Amino acid sequence: MSWQPSASLPALHQRAILYRLIRAFFAERDILELDVPLLSEYATVDPFINSIEATVMSHPHYLQTSPEFYLKRFLAAYPQDVYYLGKAFRDDEKGQRHSPEFTMLEWYRVGWDEQSLIEEVRQLLVLFFPDMPWCLMSYREVFQTYLSLDPHSATSDELRQCAYQYIETSFDSDDKNAWLDLLFTHCIEPKLPNGIVGIYDYPATQAALARVDVDSSGQQVAKRFEIYIDQIELANGYWELADPNEQERRFNQDQEYRALNQLPVLPYDQALVDALKEGQFPDCAGVALGIDRLLMCYLKKASIGEVISFR
Amino acid sequence: MANYSTNEFRSGLKVMLDGEPCNILENEYVKPGKGQAFNRVKLRNLNTGRVWERTFKSGESLEGADVMDHDMEYLYNDGEFWYFMDPVTFEQFPADEKAVGENYKWLKEQEQVVVTLYNGSPLAITPPNHVELEIAETDPGLKGDTANGGTKPATLVTGAVIKVPLFLSTGEVIRVDTRTGEYLSRAKD
Repeated sequence: MSWQPSASLPALHQRAILYRLIRAFFAERDILELDVPLLSEYATVDPFINSIEATVMSHPHYLQTSPEFYLKRFLAAYPQDVYYLGKAFRDDEKGQRHSPEFTMLEWYRVGWDEQSLIEEVRQLLVLFFPDMPWCLMSYREVFQTYLSLDPHSATSDELRQCAYQYIETSFDSDDKNAWLDLLFTHCIEPKLPNGIVGIYDYPATQAALARVDVDSSGQQVAKRFEIYIDQIELANGYWELADPNEQERRFNQDQEYRALNQLPVLPYDQALVDALKEGQFPDCAGVALGIDRLLMCYLKKASIGEVISFR
Repeated sequence: MANYSTNEFRSGLKVMLDGEPCNILENEYVKPGKGQAFNRVKLRNLNTGRVWERTFKSGESLEGADVMDHDMEYLYNDGEFWYFMDPVTFEQFPADEKAVGENYKWLKEQEQVVVTLYNGSPLAITPPNHVELEIAETDPGLKGDTANGGTKPATLVTGAVIKVPLFLSTGEVIRVDTRTGEYLSRAKD
């Protein structure tokens, strides 16, 4: 292993400049920068994210996988716009575009919905990509465009059959979301148009921490969005779920999924549920954006190691 | 054999897939913003040489394949098998045509090669990147023609036919790149 930095000196300068531009963007809008702990007594319950465990004073702790829960506890105490720019950690995620330790920008807008936040993400990206084309499509539209399927009405079996036309898999599954994720990553992402693409109205079963609503066709959808640049997933946002009972129900549902799939079942963040119950958590929209990937796109680097100081 | 999880997959790892020993060539981690992560894996079936593409759910595992590379000495060919010897144990291993394939062209007696054993039998052989072989037959050399001129075919003692510069003659020893089958230089003796 080389002792030298993995990113070049110009790339490291660009990272510093990018931090300055981002902080200026939020300062202009009077959004508070909040530093939150990296160590928590709670792990994530998201079945597809693995927390890194750390022992502190002989007690199990976890490196945060996202600043989300701390930011939401802050919002419940002080309902005002807030952002975080710093590290997050996810075990087992390593590849050209993934590193177990990475830099995340996450911000919340009080009183906004996901569509207005998508527009603000666009304004931020325009700072770095002034001439890039921009397009907005629903999750249903991308499936109809690239696979001639309606992702909401298609059955698990129809999705499986479609997937087998393009992909050889080692597994079978009755879980509709597994097939949607497989088709999305293998058959849709690589075909997305160049430039900035926003995708919204995800299946209600993929709501994560977004509220669920009905679209103009009467379909139940999650008020969640993703932003892509040149086929690279860059940001994920929600019109945030504010209902503490629904939040608790989703935590328990994730825990059940974990138990059923032999994944570790770790303590979920009771403090977040309490904050939603007892605090004044506002109607708000929030988004998390991968800073390392933003730099990769900006500097046209193929590997995340080329934009991280040491890998 | 041990089991390997997708996050331990890396190029060169030998695993069993559909009952066949495979060498992992590439492992790409893909994940939608939220939800199931996958590993898109390219593997070479070591029995057939064919490349497979397979998508795994992250966290799945495969059994390791009992495939090991050994440095051995090439002994001789009896018309059916090529014989290789482990220089430490002196054990001899016969390799068939399937295992040797086109590489017979680069086998010189007493030379070191890498023999890949699967469950103790030769599965493939890998000659050194550069070998020195004698020209068995070629058109007479053109004296003084050492400039960047044309080439002519030459048959080597192993039966390989390669392109060589015009100035070389029968009986000369040359260096060849076994990966490309290209002439490199005269042997430095």
